[in-house]
Amino acid sequence: MNRIIMLPLLIPLVTAVAMLLLRNRVQLHRVLNVVSAALSGVVALAIFSATMSSGVLSLQVGGWEAPFGISLVADRLSAVMVVMSALIGLCTALYSIGTIDEDREHYFYHPLLQLLLMGVNGAFLTGDIFNLYVWFEVMLISSFVLLVLGGLPQQLEGAIKYVTLNLLSSAIFLAAVGILYGMAGTLNMADLAVRIPLLEHRELLTVVAVLFMITFGVKAAVFPLFFWLPASYHTPPVAVSAVFAGLLTKVGVYAIMRFFTTVFVRDDAALIYDILLWSSGFTMVVGVLGAVAQYDMRKLLSFHIISQIGYMIFAVALQSPLAVAGGLFYMVHNIVAKTNLFYVSGLVKRLAGSYCLRDIGGLYRLYPLFGLLFLVPALGLAGIPPLSGFWAKLVVIRAGIEAGAWGLTAVALSVSMLTLFSMIKIWNEAFWKDDPRGEQSAGRTEYHAIGRLKQGMIIAPIVVLGLVTVVFGFWFEPFFEMMMLVAEELLEPARYIRSVTGGVL
Amino acid sequence: MYSVILATASRYLLMLLLIFSVFLLLRGHNEPGGGFVGGLVAAAAYALYFIANGIDAARRIVRFEPLGMIASGLLLAVLSTLPSLLAGKPFMSGIWIDTGLGPIGKVGTPLVFDFGVYLLVLGITLTIIFSLAEEDSKS
Repeated sequence: MNRIIMLPLLIPLVTAVAMLLLRNRVQLHRVLNVVSAALSGVVALAIFSATMSSGVLSLQVGGWEAPFGISLVADRLSAVMVVMSALIGLCTALYSIGTIDEDREHYFYHPLLQLLLMGVNGAFLTGDIFNLYVWFEVMLISSFVLLVLGGLPQQLEGAIKYVTLNLLSSAIFLAAVGILYGMAGTLNMADLAVRIPLLEHRELLTVVAVLFMITFGVKAAVFPLFFWLPASYHTPPVAVSAVFAGLLTKVGVYAIMRFFTTVFVRDDAALIYDILLWSSGFTMVVGVLGAVAQYDMRKLLSFHIISQIGYMIFAVALQSPLAVAGGLFYMVHNIVAKTNLFYVSGLVKRLAGSYCLRDIGGLYRLYPLFGLLFLVPALGLAGIPPLSGFWAKLVVIRAGIEAGAWGLTAVALSVSMLTLFSMIKIWNEAFWKDDPRGEQSAGRTEYHAIGRLKQGMIIAPIVVLGLVTVVFGFWFEPFFEMMMLVAEELLEPARYIRSVTGGVL
Repeated sequence: MYSVILATASRYLLMLLLIFSVFLLLRGHNEPGGGFVGGLVAAAAYALYFIANGIDAARRIVRFEPLGMIASGLLLAVLSTLPSLLAGKPFMSGIWIDTGLGPIGKVGTPLVFDFGVYLLVLGITLTIIFSLAEEDSKS
């Protein structure tokens, strides 16, 4: 049973290899992409149900026992994240069929997408810090190529900032890993959790913790380390932006959750929680202010990612079970809503001809149903009941009040007003106001030129993710109970440790 | 610039370096060497040939498409994990077969994996060299 944890890594790898062997037969690439994403989804659900019913799954690769070999571990948190990555992978595989041009497909767009998903899944499933570094690299290298694929000048400009900052953060990561290994003599997370409290020389422990916080902070785009994100996320094709927006920053948040609940705990991480609390407030405010000022739809959404990361970091830094469960629910809800909004922005571009909100308008009159498709994720993100964002914010804010973090709770509330404002801005500009170019007639756009099949491939992911947002909203309780179970397990690392080390240590 | 000495030498050096790269690949399990270094040395052999004889000649003697090498290298690496699954051992465990022949000794899945790495490194390095060379000859 434990072997199933290999599959979220093996399926994308085998698929990517198969695509490389098939060379230029992009038709097959598309099919393989969807098949592999669907298979990953089934496997992810199986892992999730196994972790829910029988606890932490772990696998020692090559039969080398922990802490000497590399452990792969799926606890409930990892399982939830793998499910989300499979969902986004599947939706993006479909959306790519509708939107990615054939040139990019010939330059291995589809295999790169698979390798990106492999890196993301690896980061979620590994139980070893150096291995986490390796998965980060797999993910980053794929994302570098996806970002510049097509070679437009603006893409290269964005990529330079993205690559530079991410390489810097990788270097810091590596330095931190080195120092930690020198101190503790192990890099297995479960083993570290056992050994760190017993360390004799603790002088550098805070330094290492801060270094890890910085490197994951860069990946998660936390204030003040977020500048690469709005500089680069609006440049690639929208399917790529969507998968980056949905998954990549969340890998950073996941790593922060994992490290500062399992590896560094209580006193060792007290300083980190303080810093994270402060920076979460700034992250929320700066992100949303940036968003309000934008008129390019994708830039607006990119700034929004940052603002939403603030809520998750706020919840993680509070460290109560309710807060962590809230943060997790927030992350799951946000992955769905954010990716969906990027998909919608791609459709807006195809229907109205531009991402710039100033130049377009009148979409609601021509395509009323599409207006509805936009409103579900937009209002979900802003936190209008009964959609999922409302519950996510409710829980995080309640956890903030319980912890007595009044200032930050007030910040979180006012930021969600601004979030609503910026969503309404998109609505007003793109859908409601008259088209500044005069009356347009329906049915003569880029979108209508691509044929029924491709149209369906664009609409289907938007509808599916919209439904997920609605389902999370209406059936909030069962989902939140699950998140509470996840949070309890996360804040109680003993089970994780026992599963990996076999109870020997 | 064409040099007779280099062009003649590169023909013999190519064979020698390729044999050396296989030697490095095979001794890699217990001693310095392995698929990565082996692949680099093999790529260096072709690079030398390209410097001496030009890109077209180099493309002709590389029988396989570099991209195919990358794909089959990855495929071999993935396939090398299959025996461990079939034998019911933990994923990626090394499975060894003793051939009983003195000079060959034991053969196992890590060798297959290493050969995959060899092909992958060779393929990627050749892709880089060839595309840089073509870029150069265009300008």
